[in-house]
Amino acid sequence: MNPQLKIDPIACSGHGVCAELFPERIRLDDWGYPIIDDAPIPEALMAHAERAAEACPKLALKLGLTGRS
Amino acid sequence: MRLLAGTESGPLSLERHTAVHGPPGERADLIEAVEQFGLRGRGGAAFPTAVKMLAAARHRGPRTVLVNAAEGEPLSAKDRVLCELSPHLVLDGALAAARAIDARQIVVAVRGDGVAALDGLHRAVAERGLGGRVRVVPVPVAYLAGQESALINFLEGRQLKPSTVPPLPVERGIGRRATLVQNPETLAHVALIDRGVHSPTALITVGGAVRQAGVLEIAGGEPLTAILDAAGGRTEPLQAVLVGGFHGGWIADTEIASARLDVAALRAGVIIALGESACAPREIANVMAWLAGQVAGQCGPCANGMPAIASLLSQVVDGTSAPGAHAQLLRWSADVSGRGACHLPDGAVRFLADGLELFAADFAQHARNGPCRACRSPSVLLPVPAARGRAAA
Repeated sequence: MNPQLKIDPIACSGHGVCAELFPERIRLDDWGYPIIDDAPIPEALMAHAERAAEACPKLALKLGLTGRS
Repeated sequence: MRLLAGTESGPLSLERHTAVHGPPGERADLIEAVEQFGLRGRGGAAFPTAVKMLAAARHRGPRTVLVNAAEGEPLSAKDRVLCELSPHLVLDGALAAARAIDARQIVVAVRGDGVAALDGLHRAVAERGLGGRVRVVPVPVAYLAGQESALINFLEGRQLKPSTVPPLPVERGIGRRATLVQNPETLAHVALIDRGVHSPTALITVGGAVRQAGVLEIAGGEPLTAILDAAGGRTEPLQAVLVGGFHGGWIADTEIASARLDVAALRAGVIIALGESACAPREIANVMAWLAGQVAGQCGPCANGMPAIASLLSQVVDGTSAPGAHAQLLRWSADVSGRGACHLPDGAVRFLADGLELFAADFAQHARNGPCRACRSPSVLLPVPAARGRAAA
């Protein structure tokens, strides 16, 4: 199974860079916080997902295999 | 009646507790028995108790049992009443759970204004000489006080705010130990199961347009009308009944006569009868405003979305909103749901959506005409009900 994007909502400060880098799966709400499509990411988009996670200034966006809520 | 057995004339001393319930059980297969009974948490989330117990038992290192009597739901009083009237049954359950998961330390966190509950628990702990093992702690009166991670953060000297999970409390809780968090009523059931008694009953808090608001023990599965009758009957015709508190949902007037409430549907065990003299849109707007004031403010979508929703909703009810407000409320509701560290916003917007649907005509009328005459009635959903125990027939 491919990894999913997960956000730590407490750490996230709504910087918004993730949505700029990965608009295919991340959009911003009315207050600038990312709404993430947490479906598994296909191989073709993986580089974008990794870049978005790495660019998060709060390290709030993670690419991981487990999806426990 | 099992959970409140023997409490008709007041709180049970250790001697009377033992006379009523017999000595504590010692079954080695407690977790299996809890699972077989299908016990679910009675704090509102209805999570299977045995699953939590197993998770805590599996964890390495020392373990702790946390009795969560924070009772942050303003409409609920049943856990404080249970702790006041039958504190030894709650302690029996906590001790049995501690035995089953091999925990030494027990912390009982009690809503700070629950003076009688705190007194009852302190006295019970002293009566059994458990002072070295069981710590009874008053906690702030706040909606999030009962949220597991927020409660643990407070007990650890941090702010009363939720943490991101994982780790779950059963992995890392008080003192970084695996912590089994259970509600007092749940633990009272554990105490009974430990004795081989499987009680299908539940404690509920009944309020609103009934003659005798208070805490009742119900059999589970009975008609809603029987519960309203047990609470002294209606004081006026009803528009609807709220089941489950501020995370719950409404039963429409046309369904009251045929509704039956199984224990799983009770959530935090709150049942409020909304009489026809109340204004449902105003009540719902008041609750949403109150909930918006209870957020921890840590997660952007909730910290921004809850006040925005509450403010727009009050404009709708005051008749000052722009066209499209209804759609905006639904969109924002979807946007805050499931995006926080805790479930406060999820439950709040579920409560709102249910109300917008059931009282659609009333909301539409308010959006057109503004406040109605019933808007001036005293609030039904926000005052705190009297915490007084009473048993159903």
